[in-house]
Amino acid sequence: MQPLILANKNKITAISGILIAIGFFANFVFGSELIFNISFIIASLIGALPIAIQAFQALRFKVISIDLLVTIAVLGAFIIQNYEESAIVTFLFLFGSYLEQRTLNKTRSAIKKLTEMAPDTALLKKDDEFIEVDIDEVEIGNILLVKTGAKVPVDGKVVDGNGYANEASITGESKPVNKDLGKNVYAGTILENGTIQIEAEKVGEDTTFGKIIELVEEAQDSKSSTERFIDKFAKYYTPFVLVMAFVVWLFTKDIELSITILVLGCPGALVIGVPVSNVAGIGNSAKHGVLLKGSEIINDFAKVDSILFDKTGTLTVGNPEVAEKKYYTKDINRALVYLHSIESESDHPLAKAILKDIDVKQKVNIDSTEVIKGGGIVATIDGHEVVVGNPTLLEANNVILTDEIKADISNYEQRGNSLVLMAINQQVQIILGIRDQIRPGVKKDLVKIKKFGVEDLIVLSGDNQGTVDLIAKELGLTKAYGNLLPEEKSAYITNLQEQGKIVAFVGDGVNDSPSLASANIGIAMGSGTDVAIETSDVVMINSDFSKLPDALAITKTISNNMIQNIIIAVGVVIILLSALLFSDWMNMSIGMLVHEGSILAVILNGMRLLRYKPKF
Amino acid sequence: MSKAVINLETLACPSCMQKIEAAIKSVEGVEKDSVKVLFNASKAKLNFDQEKTNIEEIEKAINTVGFKVLKSKVR
Repeated sequence: MQPLILANKNKITAISGILIAIGFFANFVFGSELIFNISFIIASLIGALPIAIQAFQALRFKVISIDLLVTIAVLGAFIIQNYEESAIVTFLFLFGSYLEQRTLNKTRSAIKKLTEMAPDTALLKKDDEFIEVDIDEVEIGNILLVKTGAKVPVDGKVVDGNGYANEASITGESKPVNKDLGKNVYAGTILENGTIQIEAEKVGEDTTFGKIIELVEEAQDSKSSTERFIDKFAKYYTPFVLVMAFVVWLFTKDIELSITILVLGCPGALVIGVPVSNVAGIGNSAKHGVLLKGSEIINDFAKVDSILFDKTGTLTVGNPEVAEKKYYTKDINRALVYLHSIESESDHPLAKAILKDIDVKQKVNIDSTEVIKGGGIVATIDGHEVVVGNPTLLEANNVILTDEIKADISNYEQRGNSLVLMAINQQVQIILGIRDQIRPGVKKDLVKIKKFGVEDLIVLSGDNQGTVDLIAKELGLTKAYGNLLPEEKSAYITNLQEQGKIVAFVGDGVNDSPSLASANIGIAMGSGTDVAIETSDVVMINSDFSKLPDALAITKTISNNMIQNIIIAVGVVIILLSALLFSDWMNMSIGMLVHEGSILAVILNGMRLLRYKPKF
Repeated sequence: MSKAVINLETLACPSCMQKIEAAIKSVEGVEKDSVKVLFNASKAKLNFDQEKTNIEEIEKAINTVGFKVLKSKVR
């Protein structure tokens, strides 16, 4: 019975609302007090049932919930035969929690989509046959079959076959990666073509993907477990009103007065005020291209004092291009053929930009290559030593940098280029300056953001410090950190939070997921990957950076609106209670009128948010 | 000590968490500090002593406060 009632709470709310409407209609149109009373009694009874059950369940574990106050108040109103108040209070309470639930469901879809990307089953090798088993049954060392189009079930190594896997869910890179004998594969990635057999090395929550899910899940929940202001307030408010009513009864022996206190103290406006601001605000911001996922986010975002940005794809367009180049050799064709051959083997963003720029299709055999992390590539072609990379790598390989080249390097850097130089046998052949354009309008948007009292605007990037510094300077950012790994970004955020900062992180790409999750507010640009969007708290539709100041303006307005509503609700209750206790003019009907008026006031105040437009 | 992850029906109210947490902690053999109810994920995570209790007992405790268990995993 109990679960049945709780499961149908929304239907009960609707029925109770309809009954209240019927009651008023019957009273005002036909003057029928009988129908008025009957419909309000039924509305009170069915409405109070789920609330009373919840109050009782909480009480069993010594939790005094807001449900308890509502239950006692309704009971009190019922005893003094004020069915109108009992019906309206129960209806408003149920309707308020319904509105809250709706905003909550938006938060939920985030993790749900992410966990749905995790595979459920695997094809396990048993006696030369492959049988489908539940993912939980897979153990380390098992041999598993992955067919074309299937998800890789666990982290492991390829032991047979080959294929191409899309690893976007782990790396954010959607270009398929070749997987043949001995290569590592990761759970949650998709084998786009080919068939492979893998040996399981990590299973379940230990896989990279499992860890991402767990991290995001826990990070999101650590945020919402910060109890909402209302519930915290209600923790003291509920016993306070109860004690007050009891004390009044002790001294006056006036049951009606004490019950009136309970009725007046019943937080009708308080219960509905915050959800109304939320729903109206979230609806309005969605209209402006900003998706706010849930109500906790609004309060946090409104208080944000440090905003951290990913560079590529967030502050910049995310499409690095060769902006300028210069040759130091007569045999341009040989230089380009070598460059093309070497860069074809790399999937570095700079290599891609170079391949897009050069017109050569011809390739030569490479005898050996060595990738120097953070430097470039050293290769041997036809007995020649070929170095492709940044100036540091070239100098480390004894390449001669003439004064002319040195001057060019410094000029290129000053113009904000990431540099790639190429040398054959210690002779520099070509210099390429690669630039990623800053998103148009970003600078203006950042100025607006600063006006909202955001103290620190910081860029965190995996790119070299020089480029990052230049962007920071051009955009007027307060700090710039380059050469960071995803986990270092996330650690930096945690560090800031420990200093008491409220941090927002703006980025895209799955490798930013830890940062999006650990920041108080994770903001994804719309063109980013699905997971980044799903794990973030705020999403900018169409990847429109100019929505960021709008988002900040809207959340601040919503947050203020909530505070106004709380002040209206609490203020009215305080005035009513003190007038009741310390003056003669207060009676039940005046009190009720003001009480109902305050409910109307918070709803109308919340409605203002629907028409709000950010102005600068 | 075994580790359990319990998938619950969708949690809607913050006080649900307190109820479920208190219910799980009331089971003898559950390590009290390990109990974590994830509101958004609608999951409960906990450690328990397999010699003193089992997953069925814990699920029953959750049922008595009015919540359904969808799936549970013990490791």
